[in-house]
Amino acid sequence: MPRRKGAPEVNAGSMADIAFLLLIFFLVTTTIETDAGLDRMLPPIEPPDTDVVIKQKNIFTVSINKSGQLLVEEELMNLEDLRDAAIAFLDNGGAPAGSPEYCNYCQGKRDASSSDNPQKAIISLKNDRETAYKTYITVQNELVGAYNDLRNRESRRLYNRDFTEMESEYLNPETPSSVRDELKEKVQRIQELFPQKLSEAETSKI
Amino acid sequence: MSKFAKKKDGDLPAVSTASLPDIVFMLLFFFMTVTTMKDSSLLVENVLPNADQIKKLEKKDRVIYIYAGKPTQEYVKTFGEEPKIQLNDKFANVSEVGSYVLAERATKPQELQNVLTTALKVDKNASMGIVMDIKQELRKVNALKVNYTTYEGNAFNNIQ
Repeated sequence: MPRRKGAPEVNAGSMADIAFLLLIFFLVTTTIETDAGLDRMLPPIEPPDTDVVIKQKNIFTVSINKSGQLLVEEELMNLEDLRDAAIAFLDNGGAPAGSPEYCNYCQGKRDASSSDNPQKAIISLKNDRETAYKTYITVQNELVGAYNDLRNRESRRLYNRDFTEMESEYLNPETPSSVRDELKEKVQRIQELFPQKLSEAETSKI
Repeated sequence: MSKFAKKKDGDLPAVSTASLPDIVFMLLFFFMTVTTMKDSSLLVENVLPNADQIKKLEKKDRVIYIYAGKPTQEYVKTFGEEPKIQLNDKFANVSEVGSYVLAERATKPQELQNVLTTALKVDKNASMGIVMDIKQELRKVNALKVNYTTYEGNAFNNIQ
């Protein structure tokens, strides 16, 4: 009796072709997407029940016209100077020493005619319907940048770390929850020091 | 004929292709892990602006996408040059944004319905008018958390 041979070997020569086919399928149907952008909250549509009176000196008005020019506090300004102007306004701390509104961590000029403290300071952004979206994003980016710069400064003073770095670690779902709980407290503390108050009124004809 | 025939000179041995499938599989797995499926094909031009103060949108299942921009070349004839809104795979009017967001919200699990973000992917050359209209519609349906999706880069590159 002849000895039975083992099972015949399967030819693996076409394996590469099959794998290439799959590879090309995935290359065509998928995209490398990293979604990132500027987070904003829109104001609710119902107006608040109580009218809040805000002092004019606590509002920092930024208007963009249709050709992309900036009007900041009634004066023309270059986009490059916007961040510094916003920082100077937010960090001003104009309330006199001793009053309950006094801001003890502000490093600004303490000009009485500008914002009282960062909690009160509001940036109001207005734009025209014809304004280019890219200009609007640049302005938004600069204003968010002003807040981030100030928050980073306070965060470095208190925790020796950048706020933006702490926040992204806090928001990352892969961070272990024990670390997240610890970061949450710090992130909220810094956010209270410089709350992001960026109001966007409805578009008007400027 | 001798049993030990001399090899012919100058005949290169064939390169072994046995490891080729392994290499290709490795590439395949790389692409399978780092990419995501395309969910809709774009009907509008969508070159996003640059910004550097950005936050990552972490959880994909909590995001509703709205695209806006000038229709692409093939649609310019039918839809004109004015910026249009794209929801899923078709053009839409401003008035349809609200119902779209509500419908998308209804498809998400209950516990996520309050934490949804609306990602606005707007072409950088679009005007603010269309963005304001979308924002107004979003406010009407109480979808207040928005994300202006951008590329990472210097914001001043936008205005040159």
